[in-house]
Amino acid sequence: MSPERGPVFLARRTYRRRRLADAARLLPIVGTVLICIPLLWQGEGASGSTRTTMAMFYIFGLWMILATIAGIISRHLRAAENKEPPRGAGS
Amino acid sequence: MAILNVLALVCLVYVAFLFAVAFGADRAARHGRGKWLRSPYVYTLSLSIYCTAWTFYGAVGFAARSGLEYVTIYLGPTLVMIGWWWTLRKMVRVGRSQRITSIADLISSRYGKSNLLAVFVTILAVIGVTPYIALQLQSVTLSFAAFSETEQAGAALPDMQSTALWVAMGLTLFTILFGTRNLDANERHHGVVMAIAVEAVVKLCALLAVGIFVVWGLSGGVSETLARIDASEIARFEVPGSRWIGLTMLSAAAFLCLPRMFQVMVVENEDEDHLRTAAWAFPAYLMLMSLFVVPIAAVGLDIMPIGANPDLFVLTLPLMAGQDGLAILSFLGGFSSATSMVIVAAIALSTMVSNHMVMPIWLHFTGGSAMISGDVRQVALLARRLSIAGVVFLGYLYFRVTGGGAALAAIGLISFAGVAQFLPALMGGLFWRGATRTGALAGLGVGFVLWQYCLFLPSFGPSMIMPQTVLDHGLFGLSWLRPQALFGAQDMDPLVHAIMWSMLLNTGAFVLGSLLSFPQPIERLQGAQFVNVFDHSSTTGGWSGGMAQSEDLLIMSQRIMGATEAQALFATAARRQGLAGYLPEPSPDFLQELERELSGSVGAATAHAMISQIVGGAAVSVEDLMAVADETAQIMEYSSQLEAQSQELARTARQLRQANEKLTQISVQKDGFLSQISHELRTPMTSIRAFSEILRDTSDLTAEEKSKYSSIIHDEAVRLTRLLDDLLDLSVLENGQVVLNTQTGLLSDLLDRAERAAGVQVGTLKVERDRAAEAFELTTDLDRLAQVFINLIANARKYCDGDPPVLSIRTHEVEGRLVIDFTDNGSGIPSEKQAVIFEKFSRIGETKAGGAGLGLAICREIMTRLDGSVSYLPGQKGAAFRVSLPLPRRMAAQ
Amino acid sequence: MGKKVLLIEDEPNIIEAVSFILSRDGWEVKTHSNGHDAMEVVRLRAPDLIILDAMLPGKSGFDILTEIRGDAALGNTPVLMLTARGQSKDREMAERAGVSQYMTKPFSNADVLAAVRALVTP
Repeated sequence: MSPERGPVFLARRTYRRRRLADAARLLPIVGTVLICIPLLWQGEGASGSTRTTMAMFYIFGLWMILATIAGIISRHLRAAENKEPPRGAGS
Repeated sequence: MAILNVLALVCLVYVAFLFAVAFGADRAARHGRGKWLRSPYVYTLSLSIYCTAWTFYGAVGFAARSGLEYVTIYLGPTLVMIGWWWTLRKMVRVGRSQRITSIADLISSRYGKSNLLAVFVTILAVIGVTPYIALQLQSVTLSFAAFSETEQAGAALPDMQSTALWVAMGLTLFTILFGTRNLDANERHHGVVMAIAVEAVVKLCALLAVGIFVVWGLSGGVSETLARIDASEIARFEVPGSRWIGLTMLSAAAFLCLPRMFQVMVVENEDEDHLRTAAWAFPAYLMLMSLFVVPIAAVGLDIMPIGANPDLFVLTLPLMAGQDGLAILSFLGGFSSATSMVIVAAIALSTMVSNHMVMPIWLHFTGGSAMISGDVRQVALLARRLSIAGVVFLGYLYFRVTGGGAALAAIGLISFAGVAQFLPALMGGLFWRGATRTGALAGLGVGFVLWQYCLFLPSFGPSMIMPQTVLDHGLFGLSWLRPQALFGAQDMDPLVHAIMWSMLLNTGAFVLGSLLSFPQPIERLQGAQFVNVFDHSSTTGGWSGGMAQSEDLLIMSQRIMGATEAQALFATAARRQGLAGYLPEPSPDFLQELERELSGSVGAATAHAMISQIVGGAAVSVEDLMAVADETAQIMEYSSQLEAQSQELARTARQLRQANEKLTQISVQKDGFLSQISHELRTPMTSIRAFSEILRDTSDLTAEEKSKYSSIIHDEAVRLTRLLDDLLDLSVLENGQVVLNTQTGLLSDLLDRAERAAGVQVGTLKVERDRAAEAFELTTDLDRLAQVFINLIANARKYCDGDPPVLSIRTHEVEGRLVIDFTDNGSGIPSEKQAVIFEKFSRIGETKAGGAGLGLAICREIMTRLDGSVSYLPGQKGAAFRVSLPLPRRMAAQ
Repeated sequence: MGKKVLLIEDEPNIIEAVSFILSRDGWEVKTHSNGHDAMEVVRLRAPDLIILDAMLPGKSGFDILTEIRGDAALGNTPVLMLTARGQSKDREMAERAGVSQYMTKPFSNADVLAAVRALVTP
């Protein structure tokens, strides 16, 4: 999975970059769905509702995972994109 | 008092430290040093102004009241950050490429640089954010108060409002010092950003320190803390689904729309690449900020006395435990949160207020045009500074008026809901080219009104601003207009209810308004630039980007050159590149060609500006903006030119059609003329030929017959000659080749001559004249004039069927002209023929006794040459012709 | 007794010439010089041949020819048309109207005589 250095087919690199962009787009959607998961646990009646600590572990765990994935994606996106021509820097 | 003094001292030292940091950062930036200033981590930390005092202190209070629900406030921004590829990337790119100074600027710029929209957004932002500033002031004063409460000398409680005033003044000073150093709002405020980053570290450390102290110091470890949570009032996860989702969405929207967030996220953004780091680092920061909130809340609820303000647990727990140092650190954390928020919010709002309200008004009253750059600079700086003071003072005023009660605590989410109203216009503007100014205004208007009605006004408490009857029974007693149960949506959480309705109807009005209205050219131009910002401002897009760019070029060119020409140009270029269709690759060659083509229409400078706006990099300078304004004017001018051209074209077409009709008519006339000539020539020739053959072939003709037939041949030959003479005469007259032989003579003599020549003496026609009236000496071509008279008299002789035939010739003056009327006592000329008698080959009678019908035509030509005219005079008893001449000298009566 | 020819022509000299030529060949020539009442004259005389000028005062020769061709009793009468305009579209008009023969002025006397003889079969 590591970005290969050296002679890489242009098409392949473009493909890689597009899929990473897809992943970057998908992440918040997945995140939204996962954040809503705890709501499903409430349905089992008032007595059987989830403990706050459980939800905390879930939420904070999810949070860390999301941050980590975001970090991985953005790092790889940068690697895939760093060959792009320089942007108009003289603004 | 000791701890309060220490606190005051620490505060002063801390503020001095911040000043030093800000000053140092500004200095370093000015000297081009300090690469660390542009670190992505500084950017990430600056985003932490999202976490204000409301979250620093309030999150624990929130958790103490509603359990885990508070995380929604942080989860929303987390989702936005990890979804940076969708929105933030675009917002930052647009902000940088368009040199956006505020969210009001972004929205107005997107919708055709509408200042009305900017003013609207500014007002909404001020209304939404001012209470939030008040909230910060309150939190600082409350935390001061918390310290003083621990002092036994309660009498020494400092005046809360004076504390707030001092804080407000200090913040104003700081903001003005570091926030208005440069006029260009787009330039980074390195000092401010650095100070905020430091404050971000301080507040995170403070909260983590308190959290660690609570978990390991007060509770004795993780498992014990968890046990305490399980035993507390907030042990159960009982968040209503609507609030969970609603608040997450709300905080996400607010994160994008809050003016202060926009300021640090877009305006202060140093490098787009920083977003990559912030994408994971900021969620991590938020996670850490909220990690210990529930433990602190649970422990606070457990060990603090009943009735203690949970909003201050962060402060009061260490104080109670005697950890004064930690308490002071915690205080500094809260202080940092409050101050950084106020500073950035003041900068953001003041930019909006001064740019969109103060400056336009000032320019309006000073005439605007005749401004010297230095002058405007000073005014703009002053406006910005006054706006900062005004915004902070407004916050202070709000704090004073509401008295800093519990109502203020709820203002955080209400403020979020207010600024979230920008979201449809903002997102629509970034992603939908069809979004229009009308739509944006409609959406914002509807959202703002609903937010005011359902949330903001009721938030002051019953009967404060909104009467209780309205709350209970709706506006005008209409139950479906109850502010908290709109359209019958009963028993909903008031906040979720307000968010739902305001956002739904806001979006609805925005979409509907956009669909129904038609954007102005500048709006469409801006819309294309915003929505396709990635295609325009960088070349990374690959083939799709290139084509999109070409399409925009085509759209633009069509507006300037006309659709057909532009399409032809593009299609040719595409063919040259070996592509089918209308969209060539925007190669340098093609762009140059296009620029040349366009400069033919709008001038070189404008063409260049226009193309570089679509193709060129991120740089949009003031010159470019000028060019856009100029270009709109030019487009308008050009379109009016086009309109003129098409009118001209229509005129030409009309003229051509007329010319064609005339030509056709002439051709028909020519055919008719030729046919007439043929007829007139052939008829005598027929007689001549027939009788000459008879004379030749018939041997037994009598002498009488021979003589008769010979004379017929002779007469017809004469007739032919006369016809040819007439034709020649007419041709000469018509071509203007006639040479006038000007002589002087008496009119009466001329008439005598004509009478004689027309053979009046030998016929039955009686001519009546008034010789006395004919005493005019004429200087003209007398022979030609006589020819006209002869013709007229001869006509009378030939055609007058009066019994006895009488021709009366009357001479008189009419309107300064000499007029001679020839009137006979015959049956005249039928009115349908009167129009054509002067045409060639038209005959008055049916018989062919007369000539070829050229006589009157010749008369008319002659009179035209003699500056006179001959016309038929209708309404007389018989046929009447009027000859008119310039008035000559009248002879004395003899 | 010779066959009857009706000459409708408005130029007196031409009437005289044609009458002279045909009379000497044994035809009984009646003349008429305008278009107004030409049809009445045609019906009255019931000639074996009609010589018709194209341009007549009152009614054109083409109109008279059309009326003759539309008349049941006279429909088969041969018509020799004379015209001084000599344009091809006149000839077309005459042929459309059902002319038997068409001649352009000026004509040779022999041609007129030959045409008349050919048109009226004894």
